[in-house]
Amino acid sequence: MEDRQGRKRHLVTLVVNGDEYTVAVKANTLLVNVLRDLLDLTGTKKGCELGDCGSCTVLLDGRPVNSCLVLAVEADGHEVTTIEGVSQNDKLDRIQESFIENAAIQCGYCTPGMILSAKALLTRNPHPTEREVREAIAGNLCRCTGYVNIVKAILAAAENG
Amino acid sequence: MYLPDFEYYAPGTVQEAVELLAGMPGARVLAGGTDLLVKMKQGLLEPPAVVSLKRLDALKRVAEEPGGLFIGARVTLNELINSDLIRRRYPSIAGAAHQMANNQVRHTGTLGGNLANAVPSADMPPILMALGAAVRVFGPGGERSFPLEELFVGPGRTSLGAGEVITGVVVPDQKTTGSTYMKFGLRRSGALAVVGVAAAVTMDGSVVADVRIVLGAVAPVPVRARSAEETIRGREYSREAAEAAGVAAAAESRPISDIRGSAEYRRDLVRVFTRRALERAVREGHV
Repeated sequence: MEDRQGRKRHLVTLVVNGDEYTVAVKANTLLVNVLRDLLDLTGTKKGCELGDCGSCTVLLDGRPVNSCLVLAVEADGHEVTTIEGVSQNDKLDRIQESFIENAAIQCGYCTPGMILSAKALLTRNPHPTEREVREAIAGNLCRCTGYVNIVKAILAAAENG
Repeated sequence: MYLPDFEYYAPGTVQEAVELLAGMPGARVLAGGTDLLVKMKQGLLEPPAVVSLKRLDALKRVAEEPGGLFIGARVTLNELINSDLIRRRYPSIAGAAHQMANNQVRHTGTLGGNLANAVPSADMPPILMALGAAVRVFGPGGERSFPLEELFVGPGRTSLGAGEVITGVVVPDQKTTGSTYMKFGLRRSGALAVVGVAAAVTMDGSVVADVRIVLGAVAPVPVRARSAEETIRGREYSREAAEAAGVAAAAESRPISDIRGSAEYRRDLVRVFTRRALERAVREGHV
């Protein structure tokens, strides 16, 4: 559809954290901007916006992707999980609990992406090795922690799973 | 960081995609977007239109064909890594994909994108060329297929004609007994190759009956190291023979100095990684 200025919009339907939304977006609208600006799900962060830092990681059909490099129109018809969808009814996920217990959070900016990458890993591989954990979060940069407590937290969450 | 405006199309057939591309000069193909969208954000590309391949399920196929294995252009790098068929028949292709980028990018980025972008340091071309892969393209003149090495013309430049789309690659059934891709990056993950070397060998007992060595990131395009191959083809295999091949490969490589390494450093890495890749392909088979 086109507005009076002739700008074309596309209707995009997404299932975000279990709820279905239909939004009208321009072709150049990025998934991260739909989540943050239209759906007010600001837990997903923007960092480098070039696919290097992983702050904007969400799960697209269960797989971690950088939402800054996905066009909203390309995600039409797909399922998205953001950090807001990780806890259930105000009960934190065991990975979130484990991040708190292991002091795996400092400034917190990388944490949503880090937790989603961890979530995807533990869903696919409930008992990963340290190397597998490090590989799974290699696309999530943290400039505070040095990663040690993050790796510990994910391994502990796997233990208690 | 925002993208410039563009028209968006998601055709339902390859023919339609080709017609759209042929009719709109400057239009770009969108597969995973991990290269294209970055270039658009950085202002390096401003295509008037983007033609998405997302509805073309035929391009997501991994299928055995008489004479080889077809891998669709829109197969993501993680799908390559996790495909039972590829792991069983061509584990070195899965191994090369595993050395790329990071998990998020591997879930989005595609094989076709890695080829079409024609970056000299791309990780998929060396191993595919070493295994003798052909690229299959569809264009206004119909379908054609040619050796992958003929795709690359220069950094970021391919031999694809107007409106031509890569639909996949065909990796032929192998006589080779071992193959591998080894990459040197400045970090274990998320780093471009400073040097990448693929080797495929056909051993007859302890004799190297045939060999292909392909170098990445040390020339404007991925290149066969033909004189290195000559030094070892038909010879008894030894570590010294592999080292000699490495020395020859270093001599014929044409690296540049850039932010990731000097030309001298790269040339020495070619020597070391050629030797190691040969050792690995000879001793461990397809890895």
